[in-house]
Amino acid sequence: MALSHDDVREILRLIDESDVDELLVETEGFSLHVVRRGAAASDGDAPTREGDGGARVEEPSADRAADELLTVPSPMLGTFYRAESPGAAPFVEIGADVEPDTTVCIIEVMKMMNSVAAGVTGTVVEICPRSGELVEYGAPLLRLRPR
Amino acid sequence: MKRVLIPNRGEIALRIVGACEELGLESVIAASEPDRDGLAARRADRVVVLGPGPASESYLRDDAIVQAALGTSCDAIHPGYGFLSESPRLARRAREHGITFVGPPTSAIELAGDKLAARFAAERAGAPVLAGGEVTSAAEARRLAAQIGYPVLVKAAGGGGGRGIKLARDGDELDELTGLARAEAAAAFGDDRLYVERLIRRARHVEVQIVADGRGAVIALGERDCSVQRRFQKLIEEAPAPGLPTGLRERLLDCAVSVASAIGYENVGTVEFVLDADREEFFFLEINCRIQVEHPVTEAVTGRDLVALQLQIADERPLGFTQADVESTGHAVECRLNAEDVTKGFMPSPGRLSIFAVPDLRGLRVDTHCFAGATIPPYYDSLMAKLIAHGDDRDRAIEVLLRALEGLDVEGVETNRTLLTAVLGHPDFRAGAVTTDWLREAVL
Repeated sequence: MALSHDDVREILRLIDESDVDELLVETEGFSLHVVRRGAAASDGDAPTREGDGGARVEEPSADRAADELLTVPSPMLGTFYRAESPGAAPFVEIGADVEPDTTVCIIEVMKMMNSVAAGVTGTVVEICPRSGELVEYGAPLLRLRPR
Repeated sequence: MKRVLIPNRGEIALRIVGACEELGLESVIAASEPDRDGLAARRADRVVVLGPGPASESYLRDDAIVQAALGTSCDAIHPGYGFLSESPRLARRAREHGITFVGPPTSAIELAGDKLAARFAAERAGAPVLAGGEVTSAAEARRLAAQIGYPVLVKAAGGGGGRGIKLARDGDELDELTGLARAEAAAAFGDDRLYVERLIRRARHVEVQIVADGRGAVIALGERDCSVQRRFQKLIEEAPAPGLPTGLRERLLDCAVSVASAIGYENVGTVEFVLDADREEFFFLEINCRIQVEHPVTEAVTGRDLVALQLQIADERPLGFTQADVESTGHAVECRLNAEDVTKGFMPSPGRLSIFAVPDLRGLRVDTHCFAGATIPPYYDSLMAKLIAHGDDRDRAIEVLLRALEGLDVEGVETNRTLLTAVLGHPDFRAGAVTTDWLREAVL
């Protein structure tokens, strides 16, 4: 059975509505491996195309820049805050060592505060936006030197 | 109004950027990541990336859109068509933050979005509606359908724009459909209310363009015929509607104005009707609160810039014309060039355009975001370009479109060009109005 474009869309819709983080569909001559954004893939070498209809294997949330620094991209559009609240100490300063689960900033979208984790291990060398600035989806938040 | 956020893509985003330029307004495109290098984004004063490709994570995020407007100091949002263009939630959220939402009042958007409530409102305003009504059970549907006579259409109150409609030819089919239709409506629209309506066998789709300034002026900018459809989706549209008797046309325009006035409509909108091709009768279908894809045919014959009017009205500037000033010159026909494979069940055909060139012809307007090297991403609708021809008469306009399609150079994706050419050259279409079944029966 060949899967049509509509079938794939339907599968994606069903996954969207479910609690499933990962799905593997195999029919004759076709295999579809979908991993929900943010979920860890059970099998790192799953063969899906990057940039395809939401069906992609997520790389760790930082990628290796040409200068060997790691960039933490903004997971969403919103307002960038370095601290939990005005006057509070920033989550990280330049020179801080971070682990993948270290909260590095908050992105506010319509009063919803979303904390952003570093996603990688490293030392902070640059904090790109100013606190209170609008950041776009994918905009660099921090640059880290890998450890 | 100084700076307008446009959370949209494709040809309509580009069209709105153009209207902003005309009015001396700055424009900010709020795009998904794959659209960040699109033509609209390049031409706008600024682009912000809302989120990744899937619309649910970008163009459908009303929170991110309002945040983007606030963060870029936009004082207005023009939503375009599709996506959140008819979302009361986005309108309300924007307005709560002091941002002008370019569209009608939130109450009118809510009313129009509830197709059943809109039907009642139109009926109260004196518009003819199709025999039918809400049904809450299969038994009730069957009783009502027996009164109306088969076939009937089962429609979702939360649907509209051709979505959520099913045809039942007899009681058994109706029984089968109502459960399914209810489940689908609940899943797709979050509203499981259904209504049943009489089917007009030989129907034309005719709609009236309304402009209302919010100060009491409600003006009809003529009508459009959009009967060339496939599965309730329009393919070719024209203005004026061919072969409408003058009296019928006047009644249709008056009726649309009455409905728009009655619901307190403001800004640019459309009242859609179904016209019985065998009798001189029309019935209210729905109200659309957005700029429509096919708006250029009305612009061509009336010489009015509808998108600029939307912005002007939202900015509380005077219209500068009255109903008496509205004129219609010649005939305009639009066809939608889609990236789809007609031979494979109209399957969308995304990809990279290696060649894209449309001939430059007198009387031809091309609204497109496509160019050689552009990518048509798989996430959105497949509209590549709207070709709009304006001529002294219908024949002339059709001839221009046929020449445009013949001279069109596209490589990289499949398109529906051959189908468009077949329709525009078909003797039935050339002879005048067709019905909404015609494409399926005579061409496909």
